[in-house]
Amino acid sequence: MSRISTIPFGPQHPSFLEPLHLKLNLEEERVVSVELSQGYNHRGMEYAMEKDWKRDAFLSERVCGICSFHHGTTYCQTIEAIAGLQVPERALIIRTIMLELQRITSHTLTLGHIAEAVGYENLFMQFFREREEFMRLANLISGNRVHYSMNWPGGVRRDISPETAKELENKLDEMLPKLQMLDGVVRKDSTWLKRTKGIGVLTKEQATTWAVVGPVARASGIPYDVRLSGNAGYHLEGIRFEPVWREEGDCWARAMVRMDETLQSVDLIRQCLGQLRDGPLVAQFKGHPNGEGFSRNEAPRGELMYWIRAKGESKLDRVKIRTPAFVNIPPLAEMLPGCEFPDVPVIVVSVDPCVCCTDR
Amino acid sequence: MKSPWILHFDTGSCNGCDLEIWALLTPKYDVERFGMVNKANPKHADILLITGPVTKKCEERLRKLYEQTPEPKLVIACGDCASTGAPFMDCYNHNHGVNNVIPVDVFVPGCACRPEAIIDAVIIGINKWKEKAEAMETNVSHEDKIMPDDSPRSDQ
Repeated sequence: MSRISTIPFGPQHPSFLEPLHLKLNLEEERVVSVELSQGYNHRGMEYAMEKDWKRDAFLSERVCGICSFHHGTTYCQTIEAIAGLQVPERALIIRTIMLELQRITSHTLTLGHIAEAVGYENLFMQFFREREEFMRLANLISGNRVHYSMNWPGGVRRDISPETAKELENKLDEMLPKLQMLDGVVRKDSTWLKRTKGIGVLTKEQATTWAVVGPVARASGIPYDVRLSGNAGYHLEGIRFEPVWREEGDCWARAMVRMDETLQSVDLIRQCLGQLRDGPLVAQFKGHPNGEGFSRNEAPRGELMYWIRAKGESKLDRVKIRTPAFVNIPPLAEMLPGCEFPDVPVIVVSVDPCVCCTDR
Repeated sequence: MKSPWILHFDTGSCNGCDLEIWALLTPKYDVERFGMVNKANPKHADILLITGPVTKKCEERLRKLYEQTPEPKLVIACGDCASTGAPFMDCYNHNHGVNNVIPVDVFVPGCACRPEAIIDAVIIGINKWKEKAEAMETNVSHEDKIMPDDSPRSDQ
């Protein structure tokens, strides 16, 4: 029996984009137990969002930059639910296109991040090179790279012109073979497989106990996707969609689910572009919302929920945000014990810990 | 003149500026052509790229990182929230900008700041950093310089 040594991991660490602190207890090279410490990014967003509901359409995007459009959309959906607004179909389709576009940028970021944690620098650079093209597409549609500011309660503020739609379609045709090439690497490359297969396994029972959502749940054999199960704001009429899921529950499965979803998102954007019809963009709405409302959406990391209580004036009574990373980070306490120390960054990055979402 | 190595630290931003900093380090914008490499160790770093309005919990950590970075060092505050804290104006748990915690040399506007703006700031920053290094050279007096061959030895 060797001595147990404690190693602090983070908050400032090369493999983390954001401050997250892990206290690892090691016996030789093996992790025995782990303590998580969060809250480095807590700014007090929920308090700030109570100040003015009109400003929140843009402030809610600042909760997280990686899934900013998902936050904005879910906030607007909640206000629409309170006010009983019917969003025009064209606005729904434009929202769906932007949601899927941002899902691609988020998933390629995560896959690149896992590649870097694995030590596969080349793959990391390739993922980020392809990701940059999708950032430029988002820039083309919205005029911004990170915070699109396109949402408004009742619809969207910017239209997709026929020329932009055409360019979007051409670019997707161009990008698909590149993504498929990367898919082949993630699926078969031996270096990648050795560092990710069978590492950080989260079984279906554990996933159910910890109530994980999104790609982490879908990699552990739970085919749960909010896009299918009664989500108010998502346009899926006449669109073929099947959730991607796997049964292995290891780091490789989590990466594969993200890779498959990236390709699926390209397909969804194409289908949505085919369904764009002329029509109004915003449903008009006067006065202030009054009452309680709840809405959810499938963010790149999983189920994102907003609950708002409004009181008929510009201030809101309470805004509650439940972000997917909030439930996806704690199961690390189950995944990390028993793994080798060099695998810790891979496992942590594979659940895609979005600290700014979690801490808000 | 050696290459400026950077240290990136997120002190509570929304990740938007962090994404753009990562875009800088990757093929499209690639600041490595100016000799900049992302180093996680403050003792190896010359330029601190700080994002976020500095939350109360990160404050102590940021001070430590700043103190551990050797002179000449340069601090670049990336984005509106790192410059003034404006996007999170009503939030209660932050310091309204990096310059309320450590001295800042270059501010980058934008929410989120574009990679082009960060490259611009970095070029300004490198020139400032060179000036700092030269000022340090001239300020060092003759006795302080380590000259093993010329210096008189006390033990002889």
